[in-house]
Amino acid sequence: MMEIGLNHYLVLSTILFTIGLVGVMRRKNLLLLFFATEILLNAVNVAFAAISHYYGDLTGQMFAFFVIAIAASELAVGLGLLILWHKRHGSIDLDTMTSMRG
Amino acid sequence: MEKYLYIALFAPLVSSLFAALFTATPKKQFVGIVASLLIFSAFVASTILLTHVLGGGEIVHVELMTWMETGNLYIPFGFVVDEISITMMMVVTLVSTIVHIYSIGYMDHDTGFNRFFSYLSAFVFSMMILVMSDNFAGLFIGWEGVGLCSWLLIGFWYHKESATWAANEAFIMNRVADLGMLIGIFLVFWNTGTLQYDGAFAAMANLDTETLTWIGIFLFIGAMGKSAQFPLHTWLADAMEGPTPVSALIHAATMVTAGVYLVVRSNELYALIPNVGLFIASLGAFVAIFAATMALVNRDIKRVIAYSTLSQLGYMFAAAGLGAYWVALFHLMAHAFFKALLFLGGGNVMHALSNELDPFKMGGLGKTMKGTMIMMTLASVALAGIFPLAGFFSKDLILEVAFVDHHFIIYTVLLLTAGLTAFYSFRIIALIFHGEDRHTALGFHPHEAYKFMLVAMSPLLILAIIAGFTFKMPYFEMVTQLLPATEYHVHSQVAYWIMTIGTQLFVIASIFFAYKKYMSPSIKVPDGTSKMENSFAYKLLINQYYIPYFYEEYLVKPYRELSTILWEKVDQKIVDATVDGIAGLIHATGENTRDMQSGNLSTMLKWMVAGTIVLLSLAVVFGLSVRYSGEITTILSGLGV
Repeated sequence: MMEIGLNHYLVLSTILFTIGLVGVMRRKNLLLLFFATEILLNAVNVAFAAISHYYGDLTGQMFAFFVIAIAASELAVGLGLLILWHKRHGSIDLDTMTSMRG
Repeated sequence: MEKYLYIALFAPLVSSLFAALFTATPKKQFVGIVASLLIFSAFVASTILLTHVLGGGEIVHVELMTWMETGNLYIPFGFVVDEISITMMMVVTLVSTIVHIYSIGYMDHDTGFNRFFSYLSAFVFSMMILVMSDNFAGLFIGWEGVGLCSWLLIGFWYHKESATWAANEAFIMNRVADLGMLIGIFLVFWNTGTLQYDGAFAAMANLDTETLTWIGIFLFIGAMGKSAQFPLHTWLADAMEGPTPVSALIHAATMVTAGVYLVVRSNELYALIPNVGLFIASLGAFVAIFAATMALVNRDIKRVIAYSTLSQLGYMFAAAGLGAYWVALFHLMAHAFFKALLFLGGGNVMHALSNELDPFKMGGLGKTMKGTMIMMTLASVALAGIFPLAGFFSKDLILEVAFVDHHFIIYTVLLLTAGLTAFYSFRIIALIFHGEDRHTALGFHPHEAYKFMLVAMSPLLILAIIAGFTFKMPYFEMVTQLLPATEYHVHSQVAYWIMTIGTQLFVIASIFFAYKKYMSPSIKVPDGTSKMENSFAYKLLINQYYIPYFYEEYLVKPYRELSTILWEKVDQKIVDATVDGIAGLIHATGENTRDMQSGNLSTMLKWMVAGTIVLLSLAVVFGLSVRYSGEITTILSGLGV
């Protein structure tokens, strides 16, 4: 039986972050983009919590809470905009949102 | 007294600014009148200052404000009214008042009437700064100011190609000379640590001769440009493209004498370097005869008068160079009166004949233009130096100076020039006013100028007549408070009388010769066929010794070719190519990366991720290199880098 240490958490965090990053790059659906963003943020939270535990310092866990709070509010705003967008255009496909084209 | 100094200085500025308000509007008579009144008030203020100076009052010296103060450099806007500057102030304000009034009539039909007065008053202001400044920096401001106004006024009729060309020629030649002047001023500051006249000249007594010689030479180069001395003389004759009042004010009475003023002002310097003085005198004598010969054949009355001005400036430099500074200044004053008068008379003639300048096409104008004829004839008599008019006292004095100082070559040259002066002056008088009527056949209907123009000219006439015998002694007493009081007397009484009467007879003979030759009924408009016109001497003189041709061929054209080469090879191929290359590169970068800004969130997120990865890798690389810097240094030094 292998002891689960800091490295395992960090590897998990890295894997999660990579999944989130790929999701952010590949997804065309705005809703799924939010999911990917959440994965990114939570990957970081895992790392924060693990390192905080490793050093016996609560600051990291506190920071993770802040991240969760901010992610929640961000999502609230984001979903609100998403619904509005869907009502107006009937689609949440990213490729249709090109009004900022330079 | 300070109050009057400020009036004399700033009234012309106010006048200029006032006239400038109306430059974009049609002609307004009152602009000319107000400008004339303001200049007249400057004249009145100068007169009050003159009586103050004559009454033995203190020298008026004011510091308006500090201009520059850094480290050792302290230059105030300081103005001084002493015996030298008051002479110049009187000449400048008097002639400019008359010219302003005259111009109301002369520029009557010109669309640029208001603009003309603005420029003319600006010139007077610059000239006042030039003569009143108590330091070289202020002098230089005025110096450049008159140069600018001269450019504006020569090129006043800017729609004429020849006028703009002449204006540019004058401006560029003066810039060449001003470089010399600037170097001279730098040398003064470098060696004496101040630009104030009194401080600088006091410190010069302790400098070695070589330094002083350089200072003297460079300052004189500046004077040569402004006073159109050889070899920078060609601009003066071409400057006659400007309106005639301008020629009278700037190119006869005031600006061109600024060079003489500079030499006189620097008399303490030139007294220390007599060799440079002798050079100045020799150059002056050379220019005197050189310009007089060119005036002999010229067929443009304004140019003849211009060459005559040049010749008289030569006289002034001859006197100043020989150390007779007060004589130079006295001749400057007398010359300003009769030469301005001559020019204004010439302006009347031009007006009468719709700007015709060739005296051979005139003839017999004396019948219709009696007033002008009398004025111009008397001015010419004064110029020729006939007793008892102004020229006799000032010009013969210069001859005496040369004689007493035993510079017999200079004396002979100047004496010959006196004969030539008389000849060419009366050549044009005879051609214009006497002899057969040649102008009616050419379709001219001459008329006399306005009455008030003649009245405006009359003070100059009076001064041209009386300035010599009334002013000479009081002037000598006043100005020698400041300048070396050398009296020039030929020791033997007999020699003196022989000299004076001999000169007078010579001059009178020249006048009669001119009358006889050019009043004859056989004078016709030259058509280039007569024997004289094809002689070598005539061709040499009418082409101004081929000097303009020489400048054109050997200075202007090579310069133009060099410029073309530099333009095509260096400017276009290197400078422009570099700049265009940079612009092109930036443009291409923008054009190619524009697609990044697709507006598609997905694409932009990809770029963001890519950027993050690049930044992260950079951070890792730098972190590692700092961590292992010791090892890297060892490896690199092991490789011999």
